[in-house]
Amino acid sequence: MVNLKKDSLIIANKKFNSRLIVGTGKYNSMSECAKAIKLSGAEIVTVAVRRVNISDKNKPLLMDYIDPKKITYLPNTAGCFNSKEALRTLRLAREIGGWKLVKLEVLGDKKNLFPDMIETLKSTEVLAKEGFKVMVYCNDDPLMAKRLENSGADAIMPLAAPIGSGLGIQNKINIQIIRKQTKLPLIIDAGLGQASDATIAMELGCDGVLVNTAIAKAKKPFEMALAFKNAVIAGRQSYKSGRIDKILMGNPSSPSKGII
Amino acid sequence: MKKIKKIKIKINGKIKSINQDSNLSLVLKNLKIPLNKVAIELNEEIIDKKKISKIKLNKNDKIEIVHFIGGG
Repeated sequence: MVNLKKDSLIIANKKFNSRLIVGTGKYNSMSECAKAIKLSGAEIVTVAVRRVNISDKNKPLLMDYIDPKKITYLPNTAGCFNSKEALRTLRLAREIGGWKLVKLEVLGDKKNLFPDMIETLKSTEVLAKEGFKVMVYCNDDPLMAKRLENSGADAIMPLAAPIGSGLGIQNKINIQIIRKQTKLPLIIDAGLGQASDATIAMELGCDGVLVNTAIAKAKKPFEMALAFKNAVIAGRQSYKSGRIDKILMGNPSSPSKGII
Repeated sequence: MKKIKKIKIKINGKIKSINQDSNLSLVLKNLKIPLNKVAIELNEEIIDKKKISKIKLNKNDKIEIVHFIGGG
């Protein structure tokens, strides 16, 4: 049996037992978000950096619902459209409480939400020099993934399809090529729609998946959180087990010898 | 009694009137900001939270106070 307990996900020298990272956006309430995270078993959650509401001081705070001592907060630059904005956001994030592990996401187009890879690469270089541990949302281009790796990225996070689209994995070949070339953690960042998409990502050899919309906007978010948890475990186990070769014709499962 | 002069500053995009010579620590205290859960920028420069009582605010200063919220 595959011992999954020993099969930890290691990012920037930190060990995690769960290979599912979940986003904390789009939930109906903080308590719904916290419960879904618990059910998902995720140990890392992405969070956004935004202005404090100074006129409504009683607004609930994320940290009151999700304890950053128990769950690793991964500050994200979602909503940034250039390097300057992304760097400003992550430097602030670090200041909130010493976070160095961050997710860089520099978007290039408001409609398809594809990453601007030139700004992303520039930002990765600066952040790595400043001592950040950078997990980078990127396109599925193997050449760009390599350049990010050479620039000091700590994890490569290609999209499977546009953010929030739920289209599932549209780029298996590119993901497999990136898998072959990199020893960095490879985490599918965007576009998953249902639990089986996560299984496929893991079977392609990815080290983890990041899911937000597919759980938060499912009709039953708690059940979907659990489904994703199981799907990631199943996919990893399947990948580690070594699948059979594909053949064109049938191959009977019962022996032909002794047929009456 | 000497009248305390007021100055206008911007906090998170909103104009606020504060007493002249107020320090940053006092302004944040009045807003009940939980310092351990935020980061602060003054005129686009990150402020060391340990030094806020030493920072005097000037007219038209821009303060940004940010924290973590739900996001993907």
